[in-house]
Amino acid sequence: MEEVRLMKGNEAIAHAAIRYGCDGYFGYPITPQSEVLETLAELKPWETTGMVVLQAESELAAINMVLGGAATGKAVMTSSSSPGVSLKQEGISYLAASELPALIVNVMRGGPGLGTIQPSQGDYFQATKGGGHGDYHLIVLSPATVQEMTDFVGLGFDLAFKYRTPAMILADGVVGQMMEKVVLPEQRPRRTDEEVRRQCPWAACGRGGRDHRNVVTSLELDSAKMEVNNHRFQETYRRIEENEVRYQEYFTDDAEYLIVAFGSVARICLKAIEDARAAGIKIGLLRPITLWPFPSRRIAELAPRMRGILTVELNAGQMVEDVRLAAPGVDVFHFGRMGGMVPNPVEVLDALKQHFTELQ
Amino acid sequence: MKEEIVIAGFGGQGVLSMGKILAYAGLMDNLEVTWMPSYGPEQRGGTANVTVILSDAPISSPVLDSYDTAVVLNQQSLDKFESKVKPGGTLIYDPSGIHRLPARTDITVVPVDAMTAAIELKNSKTYNMVLLGALLAKRPVVDIDAVVRGLRKTLPERHHHLIPLNEEALRKGMTLVG
Amino acid sequence: MTKEEIIRPENKVYSRPELLTDNYTHYCPGCSHGVVHKIIAELIAEMGLTDITIGIAPVGCAVFAYNYIDVDWIEAPHGRAPALATAASRLNPDRMVFTYQGDGDLAAIGTAETIHAANRGENITIVFINNAIYGMTGGQMAPTTLLGMKTATTPYGRRADLNGYPLPISNILATLDGTCYVTRQAVHTAAAVRKAKSAIKKAFENTLAKRGTSVVEIVSTCNSGWKMTPAQSNEWMVEHMFEKYPLGDLKTQKDPSL
Repeated sequence: MEEVRLMKGNEAIAHAAIRYGCDGYFGYPITPQSEVLETLAELKPWETTGMVVLQAESELAAINMVLGGAATGKAVMTSSSSPGVSLKQEGISYLAASELPALIVNVMRGGPGLGTIQPSQGDYFQATKGGGHGDYHLIVLSPATVQEMTDFVGLGFDLAFKYRTPAMILADGVVGQMMEKVVLPEQRPRRTDEEVRRQCPWAACGRGGRDHRNVVTSLELDSAKMEVNNHRFQETYRRIEENEVRYQEYFTDDAEYLIVAFGSVARICLKAIEDARAAGIKIGLLRPITLWPFPSRRIAELAPRMRGILTVELNAGQMVEDVRLAAPGVDVFHFGRMGGMVPNPVEVLDALKQHFTELQ
Repeated sequence: MKEEIVIAGFGGQGVLSMGKILAYAGLMDNLEVTWMPSYGPEQRGGTANVTVILSDAPISSPVLDSYDTAVVLNQQSLDKFESKVKPGGTLIYDPSGIHRLPARTDITVVPVDAMTAAIELKNSKTYNMVLLGALLAKRPVVDIDAVVRGLRKTLPERHHHLIPLNEEALRKGMTLVG
Repeated sequence: MTKEEIIRPENKVYSRPELLTDNYTHYCPGCSHGVVHKIIAELIAEMGLTDITIGIAPVGCAVFAYNYIDVDWIEAPHGRAPALATAASRLNPDRMVFTYQGDGDLAAIGTAETIHAANRGENITIVFINNAIYGMTGGQMAPTTLLGMKTATTPYGRRADLNGYPLPISNILATLDGTCYVTRQAVHTAAAVRKAKSAIKKAFENTLAKRGTSVVEIVSTCNSGWKMTPAQSNEWMVEHMFEKYPLGDLKTQKDPSL
């Protein structure tokens, strides 16, 4: 019988990592995600699955531990919150350039700078447009529930290994801190060394009888060769765009207006939409689950049927740019709260009515 | 069934844990639940609040602007949340430390002198359980048995000897409201 | 005696280490890196570690170490080699993990990673090439640059009031409870090369035996950066570098009370 538990999103990440058979977690405390490391320390997986858990001296060290572990073929991860994820950008760029799978969790707080510890979605640009230096993308998953925090650990690792590229769970402080019911996946065994060697023939894990050395590097000083590498990265990104777009729709069949929102904000918007429908206003919701690759095609299909589109975000207007690119010729407005403020459903409806005066 | 509850007071009054026990009780009763705390430095002395939603259908927004029931334990929380109780809803408050009484007449207002009751139980930490008992007397959204089962589930084994006292506090709280 | 009579296995006194690849190194003639690479390649083969060794390459002149020694390598961002090594070692506890780092990598941008890996007592060997200069980027000041020493960014000589003092990082590492072996060697004479080799061997043995972090500093020359001939560089190193960075063991075992 599946066991239903009640836990915070951050705690769910820790449980899910162990259950996935994750080999190593490397992190550094920062509010509002410290429960990930705390929960792992409490659960002591090194005594059960053999998973390594280490509090690093900095976010920079933590992501570079992830880089070192991933290069040996292991399933490794880190988690942090916005200022810490800025520090991790160095290692994330190297992970992408070295074509290594890894999972990075960002439980976003308000910025810029030290900002606030309250929820935010201010790192959308950073997460979806690369973040560090150079041309690269991360697969970016946006959980809206504690169950998705759990499920996206496995999904993130699977996609990361499938495409040999780092994946990110881009959560906000609401999903990290709230408790909900969750069904944890079955415990999977960690891969044996033989399985790692078979799955990751590129891994620099010691030659182990191999007739050649493996080198994991992001460096290529020959420009012609580096451009070949760049093209290979881009081909991977095109395959991901082709195959891995994920989103969820509510009430779009008969909708005259569309709200696009991700993470916890999508749930707030759903409540607003339910209330609006009770008053006869036909609004639909599209919730991107993958922020990169972005569901541009689906938005382009829906847009011509809409009188207008509103994006609701915990930022000054970031995803709205991608929605506008996907929906030329349709009025696309943005409603955002910042500084850690979270809008309630009434505010969302008010914003919609403010932009579309026929609804007043 | 859907009950949207906010519990607010000082950090240290057991606001978040009262919400947690309620949420666990919901889990025991097979309800959908969300528990959304305010978090950060306010946990360490300032005001804290938690939104708990119990429902027999999936819950959309964990963030609300109005509530079926508010439990407020200090003046700031009363000032903040009195206006956010839905018409016909319930406001439970602890009168100790309250100098401006609730004024709404379109809601049920219930004073609960939980601190006196907790002192009678010779354990001030039962304060939030007395309030939870009072809440459940007014809004029987979960069963007392579910609360006790939830406690058994959440409390570490070494604290299980406290469960009978907590149950007593719950039942005492239920008797405090008319 | 004919050539054929001379070239016989029993007369062979030296051969290139089997683990040194056929690639030409990019190191300048006279550079210490080549000698240290050779020692490491010899040791890995002699100790039977080819299949279990993971090298972590730095950013700096040794960035291409992975082209020369025929074992698995991971190329680290600048200064982060000890962090990569931490994970590689902890996740693969039966492997022999070592970092190969220069002074800028280890003692400037990577100071935190170095100190904390050593303080945790990670079961790794750190081979630290200290030539008191940034060779790769064109001879700029390093944390270990001596006072008065001219570099591209201290063209009038390093001044304590402007640039601070030369950093004896190995001495600091020796004070940490996590290190089991910290030594300072050189490779400017045949005798020194032999001593350096036995030092790195001891370090690798410590790593295999999980005794904690071993650090082998090699006080080195950079004749290009120092703008000297290789022979002059060796003399200058003996005269000036050894005063600030004297050779010898700084620590030979962990505090037995730990």
